[in-house]
Amino acid sequence: MSVQSPISSVNDFVVRFANVNGSGSASANELFARAILRHGVPVSPRNIFPSNIQGLPTWYEVRVTEAGHLGARGGVDMMVAMNPQTWDKDVASIEPGGYLFYDSTKPMPTSKFREDITVIGVPLTAITNSTYTDPRQRQLFKNIIYLGALCALLDLDPKLVEQLIGEQYKGKEKLLSSNVHALHLGRDWALQNLKCPLGLRVKKADKVGDRIFLEGNSAAALGAVYGGATVCAWYPITPSSSVAEAFTSHCKKYRHDPETGKAKYAIVQGEDELASIGIVIGASWNGARAFTATSGPGISLMTEFIGLSYFAEIPAVIMNIQRAGPSTGMPTRTQQCDVIACAYASHGDTKHVLLFPEDPAEAFEFAAAAFDLAERLQTTIFLMLDLDIGMNHRLCRPLKWDDARQYDRGKVMTAEMLDEGRDFGRYLDVDGDGIPYRTYPGTHPTKGSYFTRGTSRDRYARYSEEGAVYADNMQRLVRKFETAQDMVPRPLQANAAKPTKYGVIYFGSTSPAMDEAIGLLEARGHHLDRLRIRAFPFHSSVASFIADHDFVYVVEQNRDAQLRQLIVNENGIDPVRLVPILHYDGTPITARFIANAIGDHQDHLKVTPLRKAVS
Amino acid sequence: MTYIAKPKFHHPGLKKNDLGYTHRDYEGKISTLCAGCGHDSITASIIEACYELSIEPHRVAKISGIGCSSKTPDYFLGNSHGFNSVHGRMPSVLTGANLANRDLIYLGVSGDGDSASIGFGQFAHSIRRGVNMTYIVENNGVYGLTKGQFSATADRGSKSKKGVTNTDNAIDLVAIALQLGATFVARSFSGDKTQLVPLIAAAIRHKGASFIDVISPCIAFNNHAGSTKSFDYVREHNDAVNRLDVLVGRDPISVDYAPGTVQVVEQHDGSRLALRKLDADYDPHDRLGAQTFLQKHAAKGQIVTGLLYVDPDAEDLHTHLDTVETPLNTMDEKALCPGSAVLDKINASLR
Repeated sequence: MSVQSPISSVNDFVVRFANVNGSGSASANELFARAILRHGVPVSPRNIFPSNIQGLPTWYEVRVTEAGHLGARGGVDMMVAMNPQTWDKDVASIEPGGYLFYDSTKPMPTSKFREDITVIGVPLTAITNSTYTDPRQRQLFKNIIYLGALCALLDLDPKLVEQLIGEQYKGKEKLLSSNVHALHLGRDWALQNLKCPLGLRVKKADKVGDRIFLEGNSAAALGAVYGGATVCAWYPITPSSSVAEAFTSHCKKYRHDPETGKAKYAIVQGEDELASIGIVIGASWNGARAFTATSGPGISLMTEFIGLSYFAEIPAVIMNIQRAGPSTGMPTRTQQCDVIACAYASHGDTKHVLLFPEDPAEAFEFAAAAFDLAERLQTTIFLMLDLDIGMNHRLCRPLKWDDARQYDRGKVMTAEMLDEGRDFGRYLDVDGDGIPYRTYPGTHPTKGSYFTRGTSRDRYARYSEEGAVYADNMQRLVRKFETAQDMVPRPLQANAAKPTKYGVIYFGSTSPAMDEAIGLLEARGHHLDRLRIRAFPFHSSVASFIADHDFVYVVEQNRDAQLRQLIVNENGIDPVRLVPILHYDGTPITARFIANAIGDHQDHLKVTPLRKAVS
Repeated sequence: MTYIAKPKFHHPGLKKNDLGYTHRDYEGKISTLCAGCGHDSITASIIEACYELSIEPHRVAKISGIGCSSKTPDYFLGNSHGFNSVHGRMPSVLTGANLANRDLIYLGVSGDGDSASIGFGQFAHSIRRGVNMTYIVENNGVYGLTKGQFSATADRGSKSKKGVTNTDNAIDLVAIALQLGATFVARSFSGDKTQLVPLIAAAIRHKGASFIDVISPCIAFNNHAGSTKSFDYVREHNDAVNRLDVLVGRDPISVDYAPGTVQVVEQHDGSRLALRKLDADYDPHDRLGAQTFLQKHAAKGQIVTGLLYVDPDAEDLHTHLDTVETPLNTMDEKALCPGSAVLDKINASLR
């Protein structure tokens, strides 16, 4: 066996922490990620956690990436192995030449290690137990002690970590000083007993800029605050619960009347998803901006109401933080698997608007836009996040808001308009865009009232089972959906450096991995034009992008190529021209996966000249 | 049928209420229910109650689920917005509507299938939350629109029109509403307008979750011998605990009740409920007592009607959520959007 030299890399490596769920490791690990950011080096952290409260294995992965690749990379350069349960698998997952950091208090047989990795033992339990007596303190400070040791090993500036601890425990001096003390316990031990730093190290850079670091769910909730949502009804479900929780905490800060202290919002935790969407539809019918947040199983439960929203034309915003299905599936794993379920949710002929943000910044923008779209189009708007964007901190551009921006409340007929003698037909297409006027309940003593129903009715909202009347209404709904095409965020195209016959379509959380994969593919001599779809219904540029290329890869995180199906179905595209690239094991898609899958496909296409092949 | 336009003319001498509206201003489209349906009598009582209370007709939101009862909001208050929503989901739609605009009056109309079967959960949770509403169940113990299946309020041992005996236990929505903390609980009978009109009026004036179970015989599928929701059965087994007058700063609605003790309950909005007690023992402020009273009479095969419980100092969901007085649906970006300066600070805190 050849001797494997240790990996040597500055600002470009992956550290994975293997912990036990509920051991308080999450905050120490997050501190590690933030500390590297403070060095001006981008990081992309991911929680890999079980559907469990305490006891099961959990991992936290930090990709240190000066180049700014924010997708998951795959592979582990350094494993911080704090969980005996997963030891064997964790050790096996380290890249050749990588590093294993472990608690060496209890000796381990050499068979438990690998020869091609560097093993770093720190007697964490021994250090902790000689310093602390309280079991809870021992548990928590052990995490900070390993963070301290990592500081020394990876050459982090302890001042920057101390500064972060200071911000976290501002006003809580006792906690602050004890955390700083624990940090130095670990750091000093490593400096005295180990060769520091390692081949992996962090060096100050200036690559973070003014970017911010937040979770997609929190960003979407903030978008709802800025977008004027006043009613939120929800039912707890992973990975969406933190949307409603974040909305609650944002509202507590920004939505209380300064004079009376009263709330300019109403949040109800429903008894189930049916009630949640029912409350949203009732509130929206009555002119408030309302939303719910859920995940796949919740969408299944809400579908009857979604059909009502479509047919009776009531605005609604549903944030779907997708997780791996079907059924209960893998509740804590990511997928983009509800594209079809949401696009065509409910019985009968229905179609819904979907928005696909790529990161927290877009989650904020699209969440705010969703309320304008819902009221303008008088229908359900789905904000399609997933666990990868929703529950992980992601570096993204700062959030922006134009103070001159006014909410688009859509076509609402007021008492004044009714008094002017305007003809009010609730389902009357006066402008040719398929969108009728609505009135809010209580508008006028004698004009503008109507009976909202899920049954068929004519243009003036009068019950009707006449075939022609029904078909007229269904056709108008198609017209309305066509109008939506030009209102939703357009696809973004990025062309390859060289002219190419091949393209790639992708969406949502695949974005950072795709951007990185393009570089990897270029290195292999494959050039691709890119189109990032940001909404459904598809803008006409989707069809023209496909027409402009011999064939197009469609990269997505589900088994059945759902976006591809939707493109084929809605645009009448020959399926042969769309090559599915599918990743659906519940982990976030990586650049390596995309580059390998597309690269292998492209290699087969390279025509070998006949003469060369026979010689 | 609804395609027949209802004539707009009315007698010039028709009485007007305090707002100058006649009875006709509270009517809706012509009912499409079977002639003689108990639900139409309830519709008439709702119209009467709204007229008597001088409610502005357009300030009511009528919300229902699916079923015969849920069609009725089209037949009253034609100038109000109505919402015939999804089967069993009226309570959630009403809750949302109420959160959006606390200034309207919310009338939820549902049936026994809608509230005791498919929507039992939503019924329970809207009551639990104390949504300010008048929740009326038009209870006939049967699925009319699908032609005569038992509902969850059908009594055990009662017979369907086809002769099938119900072996499942019945749900008493009044008992459940009491247990769940409804602050106004009543039962009545569609054929007893004298009792029902003031109950609806009082429920509308009540600030909190008001629930009225109205036994309403289905003349097509549940008005035969062996049914416990037929006109004859209910008339024979009705035991009224009290008769009610609602006084809103003017003459009582009606005074020709049987003599007895009178108890006056003052509600939060200043309206007074005068209860003419038929049962001397009955105290409408005792939730526990009401539950016991109900169970005792049910065991004897008696249907207790009247105002069973009222909490005049009830709170509603808006009080619990401490929402602003201004309806949420009237707020614009000035009131709701924190603006770019705040966003800059948020950005700074995320670095």
